[in-house]
Amino acid sequence: MKALAVASKEIRQILRDRRTLSIVLFVPAFFLLLYGYALNFDIRNVPLAVQDNDRSSASRGVISAFVQSGYFALVQDVPSSLDVVGVLDRGDARAVLVIPGGFGRDAARGEPTSLQFIISGDNANTATTVMGYAVGLVGAISTRYEMQAGVVAPAAPLLTAETRVWYNPELRSTYFLVPGLIAYIAMLTAVVSTALSIVREKEVGTMEQVRMSPVGPFAYVVGKTVPYFCVSLVSSMGIIGLSMLLFDLPMQGSWAMLLLAVSIFLVGALAFGVLISTLAETQQVAFQVALLTSYLPTLMLSGFIFPISSMPVVLQTITYAVPARYFLIALRGIVLKGVGLEVFWQELAALVVFAAIVLSLASLRLRREWGMGG
Amino acid sequence: MRRVLHLVRKEFLELRQDPRLFGIVVLAPIVQLTMLGYAATTDIRDVPIVVVDEDRSAASRELIERFEASETFVIVDTVSSFTEIDRYLDHGDAWMALAVPADYGERVRTGRPAQIQVVADGTDANSTNVALGYARGLANAYARELAVSQGRGTRPAISADIRVWFNPGLESRVFMIPGILALVLLVVTTNLSSMAIVREKELGTLEQLNVTPLARWELIVGKLVPYAILGMVDALLVVAVAVGWFEIPLRGSLALLLVMCLVYLLSTLGLGLFVSTVSRTQQQAMMTSSFFFLLPMVFLSGFIFPIENMPVVIQPVTYLIPLRYFLVILRGIFLKGIGLEVFWPEALALLAWGLAILTLATLRLTKRLA
Repeated sequence: MKALAVASKEIRQILRDRRTLSIVLFVPAFFLLLYGYALNFDIRNVPLAVQDNDRSSASRGVISAFVQSGYFALVQDVPSSLDVVGVLDRGDARAVLVIPGGFGRDAARGEPTSLQFIISGDNANTATTVMGYAVGLVGAISTRYEMQAGVVAPAAPLLTAETRVWYNPELRSTYFLVPGLIAYIAMLTAVVSTALSIVREKEVGTMEQVRMSPVGPFAYVVGKTVPYFCVSLVSSMGIIGLSMLLFDLPMQGSWAMLLLAVSIFLVGALAFGVLISTLAETQQVAFQVALLTSYLPTLMLSGFIFPISSMPVVLQTITYAVPARYFLIALRGIVLKGVGLEVFWQELAALVVFAAIVLSLASLRLRREWGMGG
Repeated sequence: MRRVLHLVRKEFLELRQDPRLFGIVVLAPIVQLTMLGYAATTDIRDVPIVVVDEDRSAASRELIERFEASETFVIVDTVSSFTEIDRYLDHGDAWMALAVPADYGERVRTGRPAQIQVVADGTDANSTNVALGYARGLANAYARELAVSQGRGTRPAISADIRVWFNPGLESRVFMIPGILALVLLVVTTNLSSMAIVREKELGTLEQLNVTPLARWELIVGKLVPYAILGMVDALLVVAVAVGWFEIPLRGSLALLLVMCLVYLLSTLGLGLFVSTVSRTQQQAMMTSSFFFLLPMVFLSGFIFPIENMPVVIQPVTYLIPLRYFLVILRGIFLKGIGLEVFWPEALALLAWGLAILTLATLRLTKRLA
């Protein structure tokens, strides 16, 4: 088995490079920990500045209602004489609450008055959520005054929406990170590492020796890729194991199915790495090509960070060419929903098709490069 | 100085020799910005929902109409029993289910409190969170309207007068694109410079450079200047696309923006160089910069996820990330039209970061070559 000889050489090389190995095996787990704690989708403690032009017990009541809600943290008291523009410009606060003079008097009589709430809209998502909080709080304060003034009788709201979240009831960020992180690592080790490791032989000149040896192109490629396949597989399983241990990630589906999905994805990715290696003469070019065609799309166009349904139609079409898109659906299905093949067979089929296309392209290019015609 | 210029020429010659790399370095940032400019939207739009209408009354249809009419939701199907939603959520055909109970119309007509149920798929926690917020808001607004129309409620005594500054349309693109500019610059320059020295090491030409009369700093300056020039060309291209194509308002000064880009390049190039000095192979350099620098910069800099939202223990970590400072500066110049008088602390931090990493890289390189 000539492939075995190439593989054992590659394994020795990987083992000698302790850092790359530990980056692939352990660092993802460490980052999962860090991001798992760091990324919090609950928006709380929004820095709030207040300009109280009334300074009555009523206005103080409004401020304390905002602070006690837990959604806002009071960071600044802007004097009436000062303009609130500077506060948002400097980014000291994300929102400013302006209470008009005479607010307490009007509110006590039940006369219409308004509270001004200015939000820094630079982060549209946060701003929308904060806006929702503010409207809710002001509504509650208003109802209290209306009741005191006898305008309305206390009543339950006419319509309430009871919300429930399936598969991830606490909306934990880890659950959303795990599948994406696995795809990211697979892309790095399978596509980029494989491409670089082959192109390096070209750059350093050892490729000539390999071609002179009795090892054929296919034995060479198999030998080169199998070690990366194993490393990526171990790394992915490690991530899932750790998340189950530390973040109570539910493993709803079957492990066999998971292995199958990860393996198919990896085969496609490795073939893609080989394809890139046949297109580049230097590692710098190989890396830039890999970056553009697999690394960034995996991060940005797969639905990992940004939802595909919100993208423009043209871009949505492009995402069909990103294998990570299918992989994420399958992985989320297996790990979080516990569904089986009957649900995501289309995604798996797409991954198989992708792998087949890339494999044949790669072998075509490889034949040409090794001077075997084609 | 002449010697540095010679080295700069050598680097440019090498870049020219590899036309593919040259093309990629110029084209890649534009492709990335255009692609990411469209993809990187955190606006939630067209969320597919499935509706369970067990009531089938005029009132329930009116409520469903509200969801249909909003830009946030798209109704993919209407079913008659609650158990049917499993299939939609399992398959991912719908992200959310809206269930209207059988007694809904009766309750609303007689003024008794009614409840609707919203079930969401939490696998994409981030988007789900936002979509749920929209659904609640929609229900609340509709409830108030119902109450007023039935004469049971009044217009609220205290109303919230809400104004959104800097980005009144609440478009996430306006927020994301300056960040993408920073990310694209980082990806291109850090990766190129991280491979620059390792490449010579791998090919064995570093020895040759070592025996030339070049001083260490000359070697470094000569290595970095070409990439800095490329980086500035990229910066100009990307700003042109952001303003010209995506119509992102540039409210501050363009000159200041470019100067700050240059300061930022100090840190990205310095970072690449540092990675270069601690790596033996280009593969290793790529892994190190991708994992230790790129990923944290995407997640912990405030690029997508706001820093103030992170736990207090994690927040200090973000001060180590140069992108954090550059994002404040970029968004300040683009969206707020502010200048150094406001963000001088960030500018100073960015400069200090760049100088520190460059010094560190120089020291490491000296040690290695000695």
